[in-house]
Amino acid sequence: MIANRKIEEAAYQIMTNAAIDIPQDYLDGIKGMIDLEQGDLSAFVLQSMVDNWEAATEDRRPMCADTGLPRYYVKVGNEARVDAGFVGIEKSLRSATARATNDVPLRPNRVHPLWRTEHNNNVGINAPEVEWSFEPGADWVDITTVHKGGLFGTDYRMLFPGDGIDGIKRFYLDTLIAFGKRGLACQPAIVGVGLGGSKDTCMQLGKQAACLRTVGDRNPDPEIAALEKELKEIGNKIGMGAMGFIGSSMVVDCHIEVGHTHTGGMPMSVHTFCLSSRRATARIYADGSIAYRTDPQWFTPYMRRETIGWETAEEISSNSA
Amino acid sequence: MGNRRGNLKQFRLKLPVTAEDLAQLEPGAVVFLDGVVYTAREGVYKRVLEDKQDLPLDLTAVSNVNFHCSPAAAPDAEGSYRIGGVTATASFRFSKWMDEWLTRTGTKIIIGKGGMPREAYCDILVPHGAVYLTTVGYGTGALLGRGIKRVRDVHWLDDLGIAQAMWLFEVENFGPFIVDSDLNGNSLFAAHGDEINAGLAHLYEGLRPPALRRYGETDDRKREVM
Repeated sequence: MIANRKIEEAAYQIMTNAAIDIPQDYLDGIKGMIDLEQGDLSAFVLQSMVDNWEAATEDRRPMCADTGLPRYYVKVGNEARVDAGFVGIEKSLRSATARATNDVPLRPNRVHPLWRTEHNNNVGINAPEVEWSFEPGADWVDITTVHKGGLFGTDYRMLFPGDGIDGIKRFYLDTLIAFGKRGLACQPAIVGVGLGGSKDTCMQLGKQAACLRTVGDRNPDPEIAALEKELKEIGNKIGMGAMGFIGSSMVVDCHIEVGHTHTGGMPMSVHTFCLSSRRATARIYADGSIAYRTDPQWFTPYMRRETIGWETAEEISSNSA
Repeated sequence: MGNRRGNLKQFRLKLPVTAEDLAQLEPGAVVFLDGVVYTAREGVYKRVLEDKQDLPLDLTAVSNVNFHCSPAAAPDAEGSYRIGGVTATASFRFSKWMDEWLTRTGTKIIIGKGGMPREAYCDILVPHGAVYLTTVGYGTGALLGRGIKRVRDVHWLDDLGIAQAMWLFEVENFGPFIVDSDLNGNSLFAAHGDEINAGLAHLYEGLRPPALRRYGETDDRKREVM
């Protein structure tokens, strides 16, 4: 049985980690891009970002003052039990958000969309978002926070099967160029592409692809993995670098997630996770111990299953025996 | 900061900035600041220019640098504020207030994210003898946070909230910023945009347009979303 205070402790700590410490995979990706960048201004911007991340870690201050929209992704092991239940977890996540906002400090960004009123703590109606997923055969709880910018760099379009890969490439270019100009997308970014599902899951999948997968990670479907690599290259050949200056540093990596969709459609979403790719994860084990990391490990084989049921490893081996 | 900085001109300016200092700046130069800067964005502009409320201080006497920014700030034990990081917000949304704001305050440097349209520089900033500096990367929040030595004052905090209040920061070696527009209205973003635009059509060659169009869609990829 996991004590709910452990959930809150972990949720608070990852808010801090995400705001201050750049994930290593992203840092390595950017350092690799600096070496390739021919544009002086674009290279200067990237080098300044590296300096900025070092300053953030040294001073324990947020790397970017625009906190974006801090939110959570929770993966619950099927065997995990938390003493205050799911409502208890959600309460802890809201409480951790409010405390971290004051303590880190994060910018209290969340306001009512019409009245522009706020509680100065990033908590409000439907905020922070909490998305849930499950994992068979596990007794831990994983909590990930993402602080993604909220204004520019995302778009959705209903394409059709006949539009094919051409349609995907066009819309991908459209989105990167539209928001890459002047660097509104805060590139170089991890670009997430959602393909299929219904409109809302298409958006969800693309956002999760951008925010919950690490630089270098590939989709397990080899053809999708090849498309990820191709789209990354296409993005870096636009001629646009950091801040929209002449250069080649646009896409640190491209991740695609798919969902079975309407037989007549091929909805697509594109999301850019910015130069301060803020993500941090904690695993709370059944004994109450907590392990911190920066790879959310969100897209497990179970998440991407396409069968009716889910067989455990033991079941598979006993069936084939 | 790596060998690439050597290729760019660099300036360190004392604030309030003088016309002579501004005249040296050219698009693409790197700038650091010492002195007092203030924040103002839509909350402050609306209050002063639309609701006709008086400025809470003699701004012209204190600072001529307007930062389009909201800090990550929290009250500290001494009754002042802890500034964690500061990051600019996109300036294009504010150009409609700029002419009157510059007249009212005598502001000579606008700092923000992404610049403003080329026409805004020629029509508004140039006649006021003002330039635009962009933050780098959007943002170097921690580096800029380091450059803020003290919160000199904050106005309208209760009414407008932390993000929209008018903050006055005492800054030292505050930067880096990059000059987007100079006193003649030349724009770095526009110049780079022109060159990149020239290669865009080539990227789409051979890619068939999708079956369903979007209402109001344009194929003119030289256009901007702002």
